[in-house]
Amino acid sequence: MTVISARGLVKRYGDLAAVDGIDFEVPAGESFGLLGPNGAGKSTTMRMVGAVSARTAGDLTVLGLDPDTHGPEIRAQLGVVPQEDNLDLELRARDNLVVYGRYFGISRAECLRRADELLAFAQLEDKATAKVDDLSGGMKRRLTIARALINTPRVLMLDEPTTGLDPQARHVLWDRLFRLKERGTTLVLTTHYMDEAEQLCDRLIVVDHGRIMAEGSPAELIRRYSTREVVELRFGTDRNADAGARLESAADRVEVLPDRVLLYTDDGERLLEHVAREGMRPTTSLVRRSSLEDVFLRLTGRSLIE
Amino acid sequence: MTATRDELVAAARGPRRFGWWYIAEHQFRQMRRYLWVVVVNTIGSPLLYLLGIGFGLASFMTRPIADGPDGPVSYLLFVTPALVASAGVAVASDEFQYSVMMGFKWRRLFWGMNDSPVEPPQIVTGFVLAVAGRMLFSTLAFAAIAVLFGGLGDPWSAFAVAGAGLLGGMAFGLPLLAYSATITEDKGQFALVNRFVFTPMFLFSGTFYPLATLPVWLQWIGWVSPLWHASEIGRAASYGRSPGSWPVGWHVVVLLTLCVAGWVAARRVFVRRLRG
Repeated sequence: MTVISARGLVKRYGDLAAVDGIDFEVPAGESFGLLGPNGAGKSTTMRMVGAVSARTAGDLTVLGLDPDTHGPEIRAQLGVVPQEDNLDLELRARDNLVVYGRYFGISRAECLRRADELLAFAQLEDKATAKVDDLSGGMKRRLTIARALINTPRVLMLDEPTTGLDPQARHVLWDRLFRLKERGTTLVLTTHYMDEAEQLCDRLIVVDHGRIMAEGSPAELIRRYSTREVVELRFGTDRNADAGARLESAADRVEVLPDRVLLYTDDGERLLEHVAREGMRPTTSLVRRSSLEDVFLRLTGRSLIE
Repeated sequence: MTATRDELVAAARGPRRFGWWYIAEHQFRQMRRYLWVVVVNTIGSPLLYLLGIGFGLASFMTRPIADGPDGPVSYLLFVTPALVASAGVAVASDEFQYSVMMGFKWRRLFWGMNDSPVEPPQIVTGFVLAVAGRMLFSTLAFAAIAVLFGGLGDPWSAFAVAGAGLLGGMAFGLPLLAYSATITEDKGQFALVNRFVFTPMFLFSGTFYPLATLPVWLQWIGWVSPLWHASEIGRAASYGRSPGSWPVGWHVVVLLTLCVAGWVAARRVFVRRLRG
């Protein structure tokens, strides 16, 4: 069953097309990602899917309903984790879940029951009566996710779920999201972190300037738009461009970035040997697997985080 | 886990009908966090005013400044309905400025509500309802304390005087809510509102003396001021006659007009901002 279907979706603010004709479908149970740099149109797309921003043109259905006419019905089935937490800092952790559950018309007793369950899921049971203001950034984020689950949503939408969190907090959060995915919850998330997209997404679209640049699973995208391995060499800011030009014929593709040269190849070690034979002496060298970052660089000529 | 269209429609029936109440519930729960401030304010402020004016200022006011149907009335009787009305206006000024900024920007609470099935006009209704509850509590408490001080001609008029205070507070508050909702960046606008709207309104709305005492070129402040209209209604209820020449019905119409205009504007601004 298709949960979200978008055809030629457009959102314009005056002359600016924030979303410029995108098509995608999300089947139930899939973990679907929108990957792109800041300002690519990811959040705007999420707002349209979340039935809080009317589209300018195109077709959009969520759970078979049109957000223009059935906003409350759609939102009653969504869990939304916004980019910036909007918890009520004045209230205690459990009360945040209860007041939010009430917005969905869930009885207070049921809200209380679900709140305790969700606090346990978010590993916050000992913080139930803590004031939200006293929680750490990672805890607040987990509480926001717990809050988004209070209505047992069919689709959980997460906008940049781990931005601003330290690595440990990110991993705890990923683990919780992975459990939801295992339970069959449809996840739709935006991110500009390629490792996050690789960890969580079954399938994703790469978005830039409001358009879809590519679509597929992380592995497919890497296979299609990059080589198996990447050699990263640093020769120093002044010498990177020259070195890149000299190695052009030895690699499938060369990208010269301000701080390093990226050589795309299926055999990184062999390429490194070639570099040594040429008498070139990089200050650092590294052979790694291709990632979505490389896909993005190939598709747009730009890095994801600029 | 597929759902039929009817099931989806049924699931949103509660929020479609009662979304406004769920928002009000949240606001009341929030107010519980600063309940003691509300209670101390609600009881302390009338006590201070009535003690200060009733025992202090009123003792100097030997010349009556207003008449009831049976002749001159005391200064305390004249001033009390206006003080009750200003208690309503003060709650509006408290709740319809920084709390709105908190909802849109500082804590983004309205955005959280907006992601739920609740619609922006329901957010306005729920928010206003909760403030109206607090306002009525304040004006009723003020009027009740005023009865103990002999500040109201007819003790039963306490309800009407409190009601006038609520109407005046909302007539000031709803347009203020609409304005506050347009602010995306706090550049001191609220300080300006307090200094150049709230304070002049308090001073030039016939709160402490009849509006007619002012030169004509200053009286317009009273005519456009919800505080003056609410005070006049309260005075008519308390001792049977308001000092101005306007019929009570006109004052009610002016206040209701301000309320409706503010309400409509606030709903529009909320929809535009949350659903842009």
